Amino acid sequence: MLATFLQFVISGLTVGAVYALVALGFTLVYNASHVINFAQGEFVMLGGMLAALFIHSGTPPALAVVLAILIPALVGILMEKVAIEPIKGADTITLIIVTLGVSLIVRGIVQVALGKGTHTIPPFSGNEPIRILGATLPTQSLWVFGGTAVAVLLLWYFFSKTISGKAMLATAYNQVASQLTGINTNWVLMMSFALAAAIGAIGGVLVTPITMTSFDAGIMLGLKGFVAAVLGGMGSGPGAVVGGLLVGLIEATAAGYISSAYKDAIPFILILFILFFMPNGLLGKKATDRI
Amino acid sequence: MKRISKFLSTALLSMGIMGTAQASDEPIKVGSVLSVTGAAAYLGTPELQTLQMYVDRLNEQGGVLGRQLKLFHYDDGSDAAKANGFTRRLIDDDKVDFIVGGTTTGSTMSMVPLVERAGVPFMSLAGAVVVIDPVKKWVFKASTTDRQAAERVFMDMQKRGIQKIALISETSGFGQSGKKQSEEVAGKYGITFVAQETYGPKDTDMTPQLTNIRNNPEVQAVFVFGFGQGPAILTKNYRQLGLTHPLYHAHGVGSDEFIRLAGADAEGAYALAPALMIGESLAADDPQRQVVQDYMKDYTGRFKEDVSMFGGQAHDNFFIVIDAIKKVGGTDKEKVRDAIEATRGYIGTGGEVNMSPTDHMGLAVDSLRLLQVKDGKWVEAR
Repeated sequence: MLATFLQFVISGLTVGAVYALVALGFTLVYNASHVINFAQGEFVMLGGMLAALFIHSGTPPALAVVLAILIPALVGILMEKVAIEPIKGADTITLIIVTLGVSLIVRGIVQVALGKGTHTIPPFSGNEPIRILGATLPTQSLWVFGGTAVAVLLLWYFFSKTISGKAMLATAYNQVASQLTGINTNWVLMMSFALAAAIGAIGGVLVTPITMTSFDAGIMLGLKGFVAAVLGGMGSGPGAVVGGLLVGLIEATAAGYISSAYKDAIPFILILFILFFMPNGLLGKKATDRI
Repeated sequence: MKRISKFLSTALLSMGIMGTAQASDEPIKVGSVLSVTGAAAYLGTPELQTLQMYVDRLNEQGGVLGRQLKLFHYDDGSDAAKANGFTRRLIDDDKVDFIVGGTTTGSTMSMVPLVERAGVPFMSLAGAVVVIDPVKKWVFKASTTDRQAAERVFMDMQKRGIQKIALISETSGFGQSGKKQSEEVAGKYGITFVAQETYGPKDTDMTPQLTNIRNNPEVQAVFVFGFGQGPAILTKNYRQLGLTHPLYHAHGVGSDEFIRLAGADAEGAYALAPALMIGESLAADDPQRQVVQDYMKDYTGRFKEDVSMFGGQAHDNFFIVIDAIKKVGGTDKEKVRDAIEATRGYIGTGGEVNMSPTDHMGLAVDSLRLLQVKDGKWVEAR
């Protein structure tokens, strides 16, 4: 009984960690621009697909991983420069629709350039799982947990200890005031997209040995990551992490104990309840309007 | 302005007259609706490439009955509603002589009422048994059905004395139809399902489902009805959880891509596949050896990629019609249809095809081969 439960927890936390990274990406962009970037899932896909491409073409694994994170970051910058910045003053809804358009373009380009097939990369440290209390823990899951933890710590350091990070926080808080104090808000917007893309790509690289990837893998990851971000409270960093892990856990236990047929429906049912009863999510700030 | 329009209409008229004068040299019009983009793109792409390749090749060789072939192709984007619209166009505007296509069962079934009403020979490339059962006058499909796949697997289980199994089906149309057919034919082979699980086609982790199966002491073997990346992930999870029961996959998994994706974890897994997938290792006296190796040479030579069973199905279905047209000596739809129905002993990449008025598929259960992964390669299971 315990072994079964433990197995569900391992499985849930592994996918949950990736949802958390996607949710963090949503949070970063949302804080900087109040845009919900629906292209976030595509960065995860890009990370995985590029890692597979480079590793299979003989690039040293370490370099392949770095490239697979850097290139999506550049794509993020490009997206911000070409699609978001020129219409910065537009309605949030318009911007959100633009991000949907970008996601379609990215998916289309990858489909044509890298093919429609499924790709994978070998696990970072061998295929032999670790056995604990009757449950099995794939070593790659440890990489996912570790990678996610490092990414979260780096983000925390960046936002609380560096001047650039503080500038981004300030912009999130009040854009006009930040501009008045000399913060380059365009730069902040660009950085938020680059960081969000890089974080998504890290998730993609880490999880590809377990889940494999294909040009359309970003859709579901993006949607689940969005649920995680809303569950945790849109705009809250710790909320994104907690939300991601929770969505993963709920999914895995529901598949195991209730029925695997409803697995995908559960996060989306969840989001309805959240929006009804806790519109600010678990850790989100209460929205107050000044009259 | 008036003069120009008069000139144009005369020109058009004279072209029209020329057109009727050359009616006997009119090209043979091949219609196709395939899913070249969207979810079923990896099926539709090799199908279209195969059709294009053989239309070109036959034309280079002087055509069929001295007439050139012309391919009218539409991509339904894996959307059954679009397949219906394009079929209408093929029938009403392009006036094609026969149709190959309907990559998915959904697309095929949305095309069936139109071809039945218009009376156009229709070779479906879809997988589900519902396409040809009940028999429809104009609809044929010389490729394996899911029911046959289930029977083939259960046949092998019976041989190995396996009776209690777990069935895992994908929530896609393919998986759900497969599940239904499996349930219908299981009794015939003394198989009972002691556990049933499902997974979504885009799922990235099947550990919870497999944990439940591992905890069920009755399970002797596991049969997975799914397609694409799902079965590969499942196979990885299966080995990681330390499950040791025989693992059977349905047809469509038996490709090199599966081994590439599942890596060392694929070792020992069973899957169904047409002879095409083990083309290189077919015995010298195997009746399919020639057609399979020719197709492999043609396809990989031109497209520089591995063959798939779907391209092979397009090959078989296309040439059954071409043979029928040659036999009839024309493209009279009624006569071609009768000739397709009378196809006997056609050896294709998928097996020997023997059609009849009650069987519009014509393949025997054992035309699917049971393969097993040995040392990173598919070999015929013993």
